[in-house]
Amino acid sequence: MLYGLVLAGGHSRRMHRDKAVLEYAGRTQLQRALELLAPRVHLSFVSVRADQRAEPARAGHELIVDLTPGLGPIGGIQAALHAQPQCAWLVLACDLPFLTAATLDHLLARRDPRHLATAYRSSYDGLPEPLCAIFEPTCRAPIDQWIESGQRCPREWLAASDALLLEPLESQALENVNTPEQYASALGQLQPGASRRLRVRYFALLREQAGRADEELASAARTPLELYEELRARHGLGLAPEALRVAINDDFGDWRTLLSEGDTVAFLPPVAGG
Amino acid sequence: MHEPPLFSLHESALEPQQLRARLQQSACGGFVAFEGWVRDHNEGRRVLRLEYEAFAPLAVREGGRILTEARERFGVQHVHCAHRIGALGIGDIAVWVGVSAAHRGECFEACRYIIDEVKHRVPIWKKEHYESGDSGWVNCEHCAAVAQRAGQAPEQKHEHAHRHEHSHSHA
Repeated sequence: MLYGLVLAGGHSRRMHRDKAVLEYAGRTQLQRALELLAPRVHLSFVSVRADQRAEPARAGHELIVDLTPGLGPIGGIQAALHAQPQCAWLVLACDLPFLTAATLDHLLARRDPRHLATAYRSSYDGLPEPLCAIFEPTCRAPIDQWIESGQRCPREWLAASDALLLEPLESQALENVNTPEQYASALGQLQPGASRRLRVRYFALLREQAGRADEELASAARTPLELYEELRARHGLGLAPEALRVAINDDFGDWRTLLSEGDTVAFLPPVAGG
Repeated sequence: MHEPPLFSLHESALEPQQLRARLQQSACGGFVAFEGWVRDHNEGRRVLRLEYEAFAPLAVREGGRILTEARERFGVQHVHCAHRIGALGIGDIAVWVGVSAAHRGECFEACRYIIDEVKHRVPIWKKEHYESGDSGWVNCEHCAAVAQRAGQAPEQKHEHAHRHEHSHSHA
């Protein structure tokens, strides 16, 4: 059984306000995280400190309270592993505004329960990203020992343990937002209508229909699917997206991926090599 | 020195003798090669010539994945797949797959796996030029026609979730 856990027990010290209730497009980060989890897990919980139990944004949800105060994120993960010892946990931080269904689905598809955990590598430094990861029930004893030995950092725990580490699917998906400046920048990028510079490549039939092999443009499209619909209308492209695959920055991608500034998107008609 | 990529794209004629030499090793007792040739007809139409187009970086990457899978899955020693791009005439070699291993059984299986996967997964497209003077992108024209019909009569939009398992190959 897979349960979901949103870590919302932090102090948000650098943000100077509770990160769980920061809003993007009218939804709080906590709501957004729970909505991403809901279709993918059996049940979702919110990890909190004991003194946050009655806090209005958290009180309506299933809560898991830290066993030992002051441990940070690893304390929340430990408490969950003890609350439901038979279950695996899909753990999310509540400050990941760029996280998408595509990144979660990829993590779930690649999960291998023979490892203690399945996690992404950071697109910045290659280290494990513990705050969008799956922790198997077998993590419980090793994490207890890690905490007992005085260690706190879940990233270091993953790096030192038998965790399956995946290359990031989307470069920005796990970028977290810790300061008011980062929040303002994320709001700008996620606001409907914000536009990005993108490069688009066309092949075969689509290249002929578009009358070009590539182009650079500014688009408000958030995903490859939205971008394709925009370009399909503009260039009169004759293929439906269901017939195509999409590539982002020279590898196969997902139609629902959140596009980033500077991405190259290629639309691939049905192939016919050999 | 860099190891040559497992999957390669070529703008000029493939040379089987050269390709084969790379797979010849003293530990190998078996070698299987597959050549896909340009045929003079497809689906009842006379074909005069072809063009292949590739999304090169992804073709090399995905082709490399297929060849690595084949090596792991069948335990073969050496694998290579070379694919043409550009203009091809009838009888030209469009694709070459070679596998060498200690024994023949795994060579045959790995070779079959590679060519089947390459056809379905590697971003390479084929345009056929017909005797009648027109031309068409293989596997695309049908989808385009379906999309057009769907656009004209949305209420009759029919299921279009096929996976292109079919292939109109020369092989």
